Amino acid sequence: MSENNAGVLDKENLPDSGGHFGEFGGQYVPETLMTALDNLGKEYDIARKDPEFIKELKFYLKEFAGRPTGLYHADRLSEELGGAKIYFKREDLLHTGAHKINNAIGQALLAKRMGKKRVIAETGAGQHGVATATVCAKLGLDCVVYMGAVDMERQKLNVFRMRLCGAEVRGVESGQKTLKDAVNEAMRDWVTNVEDTHYILGSALGSHPYPMMVRDFHRVIGQEVRHEILEKEGRLPDELVACVGGGSNAIGLFYEFLEEPDIRMVGVEAGGHGIEIGQHAARFEGGRLGVLQGCKTYILQNDDGQIELTHSVSAGLDYAAIGPEHAYYRDQGRIEFAYATDAEVMEAFQALCRTEGIIPALESTHALAYVLKRAPEMRKDQILVMNLSGRGDKDVNQVAKLLGEDI
Amino acid sequence: MNRIENAFAKAKSEGRGAFVSYVCAGDPDQETSLDVCRALIRSGVDILELGVPFSDPLADGLTNQLAAQRALEAGTTQEDVFDLVRGIRKENDEVPIVFYTYYNLMFSNGLEEYIKQANAAGVDGLLVLDLPPEEAEDHMDACEKYGMKTVFLLAPTTPPERAKYIASHATGFVYYVSRTGVTGVRSDLAADLQEKVALLRTATDKPLVVGFGVSKPEQVEQICRLADGVVVGSAIVNTIKDNLGDKNTTLEKMETLVSGLVGGTKVS
Repeated sequence: MSENNAGVLDKENLPDSGGHFGEFGGQYVPETLMTALDNLGKEYDIARKDPEFIKELKFYLKEFAGRPTGLYHADRLSEELGGAKIYFKREDLLHTGAHKINNAIGQALLAKRMGKKRVIAETGAGQHGVATATVCAKLGLDCVVYMGAVDMERQKLNVFRMRLCGAEVRGVESGQKTLKDAVNEAMRDWVTNVEDTHYILGSALGSHPYPMMVRDFHRVIGQEVRHEILEKEGRLPDELVACVGGGSNAIGLFYEFLEEPDIRMVGVEAGGHGIEIGQHAARFEGGRLGVLQGCKTYILQNDDGQIELTHSVSAGLDYAAIGPEHAYYRDQGRIEFAYATDAEVMEAFQALCRTEGIIPALESTHALAYVLKRAPEMRKDQILVMNLSGRGDKDVNQVAKLLGEDI
Repeated sequence: MNRIENAFAKAKSEGRGAFVSYVCAGDPDQETSLDVCRALIRSGVDILELGVPFSDPLADGLTNQLAAQRALEAGTTQEDVFDLVRGIRKENDEVPIVFYTYYNLMFSNGLEEYIKQANAAGVDGLLVLDLPPEEAEDHMDACEKYGMKTVFLLAPTTPPERAKYIASHATGFVYYVSRTGVTGVRSDLAADLQEKVALLRTATDKPLVVGFGVSKPEQVEQICRLADGVVVGSAIVNTIKDNLGDKNTTLEKMETLVSGLVGGTKVS
C-alpha cells in the first residue's frame, strides 16, 4: 500500500490548478466556456472559505434537505448473508430522494452569489434534475433541465416532479437519447447563454472545476459516516461500497477515508446485459483513456474514438465516461471497481425490499448487488458501509414492468 | 510558405478576404463528399475546412450535428476521412485543408501518430473545438514536429489578455467565433462585431477569420472589411441536407450559393 499512500497523502492538492488528477481531468471545452469556468472556479474558491456561504449551505442542508442522514444497521440482511455487519448510509432519506440534493444546493447558492438568474442542468435518472428543480424553486431561480427522451420515458415520475416545481424539462432527441446526450445539449445551452446562466452539473464529471466542486459538496456524506460509525462501533469500517455512474455519491463517501490504508473501497459500475460492446456502462471493463465532455478519463469508445452506446437498467449509471478522480484513484490502486449486471440488480432490489423494507434506487442497487456477493466472504466482526444513495420510488414502475407485473 | 499562408497572401493580393468553407467529411456519403469538395474548390473557396464526424459534437448546432450523424451512419471512419483528403490532394495541391475536429478523435489512438498520418494525407491545419491552449501542449509539440499548423478559437467571452495568449499559440490562423452559442445560421451579425474584431486586431497579427452564423454575401462582405477571412458552414451544409439523394442538385445549389458568397469577399 506504500504506493497508494504517496498519492493519497496528496489528496488535498488534487486536482491541480488546471483541474488535473494526475493525467485525468482538465478543461477540454470550447473557448466560449473557458472564461465562465475560470470565473466559476474563482468564485467557488472564495465561497468555500467564506463563513457566510458555509453557514448558508449548512442551513439548507439541514433545514431543506434533511441532513444529517442516518447510518443504518441492516441487521436482517446482514444475518441472511451471514458475513460482515452491513450498514447503509441513508442518503435515500434526503429530500427529493437521493444524495444529489447536496450538490444542487451548493451550486444553486453559488449561482445566486454570482448573480445568475437562470440555471440549467442535465439529468439521467431524474434525481439530479428533481433536486435542482426543487432548489431553484426554493431560491427563486429559473430552471431548465435537459433529459434524454429515453430517460424521460423510463423516469416519467421524475419528469412530472420537476415540472411541478416550475422547471422546464427539455427532451433530448439526439444520439441515444440518454444522459450523455442530455449533457451535450446542456453544454450547448450554456455555450449560448453563458452570460446569465449557471450550469449545475450533477456528477463528479466534466470540465474543471466541476469534478472538484461536486466532490466537495458531497464530502459531507463521508464526514458524517466517520462520526456515526465511531459512535456506533467505536471503530472505522473495513470496506466502503458505492455505485459509480459519474461517481458523485461514491467520491462523497470515499473522500473522507482515502488516507485510511486499512479501509477497502469499491465502486460498482453498471454491467448492463453483460460486458459486450454497447450492452453495458462499465468503463473499467473495456474502456480506454479519452476525452469526453470536458475531461480526460476512461471512456467506452470504439477503435476510431467514437463514443460507444451504453446500456444499463438504471438511467443514472447509463453513461460512457467515469469521473476523472475515480480514474486517478483506480490507477493508484486506491479505489477498486466491480460491476453488477441488470439481472443481479433486479435480484438485489427485491432482496432489500424483502429483508429490510427499503426500496432502493436502481443506481444504488448496483452497490447492493455487489454487497450481496461480498458480505458473505467477510467475517462477522468486519464492517461494511454501503452508500444507499437514492430511494427507488421513481423505479417501481420500471421494476414492475421488468417483473412482468401490470400496475 | 505553406498552403495556409499562401491562401491568405493570395486573397489579400486580390483585394479579398479569404473564404473558408466548412462541410463535414463523409456527408452524406464518402463518394458525394469528394464531389462536394470539388464543387467548393470550383466555386473559389480559399480554405477547405473539413469536419471530422464525431458522435458527440457538443459545440455544434443541429445542422452540423445532423451532418456528422449522416456521415457516421454512412459508415465514415477516420481512414475514410484521410482517404477523402488524399482524393482531394490527387487533383489539387494548392488549397489548404484544415480539420475541424474534437480532441478524442485525435487522442484516442495516439496523438502523435494521428497528426503524422493527417500530415501525410495532406492536411495543413487542425482546429480542435474542445482543446484550449492550456491542454494543448502535446498537440502543439506534435504539430510542430510534423509541420502541421494550429488553429485556435477566440470567443466573444474571451478577455483581451487571454486573446493574446491564445493567438500566440496559433501557427495557422485564429478563428473568432462571433457569437456565444453553437454553430448554425443566423439572420444578422453580432451587433458588437466591429468593435470586437478591432480589439482582436490589436491583440494579434496572425490571420484572423470570423465565423458562426454567416449565410449571406452582404455578411461576408461586412466581415471581410474587418478581418482576413470569413467562415461559412451551416449554410453550405444545408444544401446537402435539403437535397439528400439528389447529388446533382446538391452540387448545383452549392456552387450557386458558394460562388455568390465568395463574390462577397472582394473589398477593394
